[in-house]
Amino acid sequence: MRKVLMDKDDIKRTLQRMATEIIERNKSVENLIMIGIIRRGDILAKRIAKIIEELTLFHPPTGSLDISLYRDDIGIKKVIEVRKSEIKEDITEKIIVLVDDVIQSGRTVRAAIDAIMDYGRPKAIQLAVLVDRGHRELPIQPDFVGKRIPTSKDEKIIVLLEEIDGKEMVGIE
Amino acid sequence: MLKRKDLISTKDLTREEAELILETTFGMKEILQREVKKVPSLKGKTVATLFFEPSTRTRTSFELAAKRLSADVVSFTAQASSMTKGETVRDTVKNIEAMIVDAFVIRHRSEGIPNFIAGITDASVINAGDGKHEHPTQALLDTFTILERKKKLEGLNIAIVGDITHSRVARSHMFLLPKLGANLIFVGPKTMIPKDIEKVEPRIKVAGRIEEVIEDLDVIIFLRIQLERIESPLISSLKEYHNHFGLNLTKLKRAKKDIIIMHPGPVNWGVELAPEIMNLENNVILEQVTNGVAVRMAILFLLLSSR
Repeated sequence: MRKVLMDKDDIKRTLQRMATEIIERNKSVENLIMIGIIRRGDILAKRIAKIIEELTLFHPPTGSLDISLYRDDIGIKKVIEVRKSEIKEDITEKIIVLVDDVIQSGRTVRAAIDAIMDYGRPKAIQLAVLVDRGHRELPIQPDFVGKRIPTSKDEKIIVLLEEIDGKEMVGIE
Repeated sequence: MLKRKDLISTKDLTREEAELILETTFGMKEILQREVKKVPSLKGKTVATLFFEPSTRTRTSFELAAKRLSADVVSFTAQASSMTKGETVRDTVKNIEAMIVDAFVIRHRSEGIPNFIAGITDASVINAGDGKHEHPTQALLDTFTILERKKKLEGLNIAIVGDITHSRVARSHMFLLPKLGANLIFVGPKTMIPKDIEKVEPRIKVAGRIEEVIEDLDVIIFLRIQLERIESPLISSLKEYHNHFGLNLTKLKRAKKDIIIMHPGPVNWGVELAPEIMNLENNVILEQVTNGVAVRMAILFLLLSSR
């Protein structure tokens, strides 16, 4: 059974609110770089960057990050696909907003932080997620949360985005 | 993941496996451009390079690839080890294996040695060139270089020029490029091209001179002429070889503007390629060297990460 928790408008409104919070928290948006975790995080990062531009007239640079080579379950998980990261800007002394669709254990974010440090030394890294479903296994908390969805471990959160899935929703099954 | 222990030849590589290696290589190449050119993926794994035939360049490329993935590397070369004391290949391998390694990278002058070693060890074996048999990582790095430049492989016309019969690089290409949809043209003296090869694989054609095919080519790969074969009945002189099978600006004039020129190195300048080719945009020989590290990272990762 699949239940829709957020539709297209909900997602749009949520990203708008998250963008506003990011602007409020970081007075100088000129110092921001939005980096999304491949694959759905980098789509969300681009969308949030666009909203920030509409609100401030400054478009923060965006990047995409593949974390597969930093995973802690290499050799345990059977299928690991390596995709190409793309971070063109020098991240030194910048404020990185790391974006992902769902946070659960926090292990992906741990890997992403390690990966970002290999590009340089940012001033700070902040974390924005569309959905926080709980069940953390590491001491990592997001700075900006779209929606908190309490789940049991056997439930599955599904995030579909127009750019790669052809439709738009957050659901649970 | 590659569902295999070893990489011995491109012949037994499926199209899907080859595409997975190429796709993964794009991700690996990006790592080489970062400030910290190292990822932790193979931390705790050990790779042993075992070169019974000297090749500093290929060995260095493999070692760097393993190190970029955080694996530990040990190197054995024939000159510096007990192999010169008459130890058998089997004993050498078994002894290194007993030190607990996860992969062997093997170069040997005899065909079939990597395959033999694969059969006697649980570690992964990667063929880094065995006699006249195969050199799969060279073919894969060439193919990646072509894909990166041309954005596709399907339908490309790719010539390989030189001593096809004795070349393990040409042999690995022969099995790989047609599988990926490219057309292959072997150019060389009749004595250096396998007989009736075009009857075996419809995507392979044969030409006696570069001039016959140059206008249609997207890629031209030159093989290194083995200088020790000069004055053998196969080649009469270097000058004559260059006139017939070397590339100069005059021949290149008739080629497509964006043709790419490749060579597995080291180049005999003035033999396979005229020195004036060195500074052309079309020359991607150094890109091949960079890509060699990225391709070997992809192969090591795909073979070792699932073990």
